[in-house]
Amino acid sequence: MTDDLTRTTAAQLADGLADGTISSVEVTSAYLERIAAVDGAVHGYLHIDGEGALATARRIDERRAVGDRLHALAGVPIAVKDVMVTQGVPTTCGSRMLEGWIPPYDATVVSKLRAAGMPILGKTNMDEFAMGSSTEHSAYGPSRNPWDLERIPGGSGGGSSSVLASFQAPLATGTDTGGSIRQPAAVTATIGVKPTYGGVSRYGIVALASSLDQAGPCGRTVLDAALLHAVMGGHDPLDSTSIDAPMPPVVDAARAGDVRGLRIGIVKELAGEGYQPGIQARFDESVALLVELGAEVAEVSCPNFEYALAAYYLIMPSEASSNLARFDAMRYGLRVVPERVADPSAEQVMAATRDAGFGPEAKRRIILGTYALSSGYYDAYYGSAQKVRSLIARDFAAAFEQVDVLVSPTAPTTAFRLGDKLDDPMAMYRNDIATIPANLAGVPAMSLPSGLADEDGLPAGIQILAPAMRDERLYTVGAALERALIDTWGAPILSRAPELAKGA
Amino acid sequence: MASLTRDDVAHLAGLARIELSDAELDRMVGELGVILDSVAKVQQAPIEGVSPMSHPMPLTNVTRPDVVRPGLTPEAALSGAPESAQQRFLVPRILDED
Repeated sequence: MTDDLTRTTAAQLADGLADGTISSVEVTSAYLERIAAVDGAVHGYLHIDGEGALATARRIDERRAVGDRLHALAGVPIAVKDVMVTQGVPTTCGSRMLEGWIPPYDATVVSKLRAAGMPILGKTNMDEFAMGSSTEHSAYGPSRNPWDLERIPGGSGGGSSSVLASFQAPLATGTDTGGSIRQPAAVTATIGVKPTYGGVSRYGIVALASSLDQAGPCGRTVLDAALLHAVMGGHDPLDSTSIDAPMPPVVDAARAGDVRGLRIGIVKELAGEGYQPGIQARFDESVALLVELGAEVAEVSCPNFEYALAAYYLIMPSEASSNLARFDAMRYGLRVVPERVADPSAEQVMAATRDAGFGPEAKRRIILGTYALSSGYYDAYYGSAQKVRSLIARDFAAAFEQVDVLVSPTAPTTAFRLGDKLDDPMAMYRNDIATIPANLAGVPAMSLPSGLADEDGLPAGIQILAPAMRDERLYTVGAALERALIDTWGAPILSRAPELAKGA
Repeated sequence: MASLTRDDVAHLAGLARIELSDAELDRMVGELGVILDSVAKVQQAPIEGVSPMSHPMPLTNVTRPDVVRPGLTPEAALSGAPESAQQRFLVPRILDED
């Protein structure tokens, strides 16, 4: 156990809580102090619920004192992405549309965190309705990358990644529609997992694209992510797309981390042009380490991945345009009454509200989706994109006949500067090039740090992909690689992040 | 593929119930044009004879027993409403006057 509780892993905190050497109130207070000291500069949180977190911590400490049987993570605090509804705690999705909204119920994931006795520190920042790769599309201002406060922490889950990398939470939740868990993990040297589609309930998670959205765990170690994955996952009758099957054994896999004899495929199409040299170099070294550990490596071709970005940016906006129709100014959220119209109709109120409440990226995607779904263009755009989706699923199926897992860099570049891609939507979208195929096919994927790029000293990420329902393989490979990398580095990578000024 | 005109975007915004300002319309015409050129690449993929995929998991209809279970109280359901009256959502007029 290190002296600073905020630098301790969630697994170690759980052990310390279980054997009584620390209390949940101590841990939670340490994190709240850290938040007060550094989140002014990082802006990872949109809302901090110190009182609620401490109340949970006190209750868990009391229950432990009387010998109640508790969950393994009971008393370990967590940050929750602001796309998950929390009863009694504001939920904005990074949008003006939901400013001040207090949901009347909990998302299933949130219910599970509460049932496990995990104090919820607060709600983390995100691009509006999870649309973006930088948090710059948050209506409440961007989060900043703890490695360089002038750079993006990734998106949409940049709030969660930045609070983990700046030791403001030991664990966080995320959602991943096209890379929103994995790309933020890659650019902050943290770990993020998108489970198999249907592995974690979507009930109470504000939908972006329902056939792509998947919630998952974010942490600073592979084992921590596995422990959280086990809390979040499992069948939920309230989500009819939730998988009714036993959870993959992710914690056992993370503890074992044995890759001997495992067949690993390098995706040929996710390399080369557009990938920063330092990212490619760290990726190649990671693959070499896996070979040393006894894995077999081969190159695998997924020829239709070339079309994944185009298909994604038709399917996602199409589904988003439909999902975001719920923000109609009638039942909850913002209502703006147009000033220049006498006795405005519901439709006029709706249109004025949606103009005022949605930011530019949400509007762009809603209108793009409306176009892609309109008669006359449906076959050319949405229909073609759905066929490409079949081709990508076939590419994965063929690849997984040859190998057990696939690997690639997570994102083509390290963290870019705030503002660099804000005026060029396509440049922003290209960040997702390596993460999107997993969402289209529904397969699970993890990003973990592979080192720092030589050219800028910023974190690089490696992505592991597994067949649907075989999420444990991500943890097998992730844990083995993490251990080997820490051996070569001498310490966890986050120990190399710059110290943040306190009280900024 | 025909490119989008400013009138097209205004029409789409109307369908999507978003009242865009003139400046927003001007900006969006250009941006959407660039994005559409890029995503049109799906038409170059070898999709001839391929069936469309709408969902990552092969799902059949999911049902549950038709029994009463706890839900939101009227107060909770109305707690976020911009306006309410008599335990109902209060909305602007929905019919045109003429």
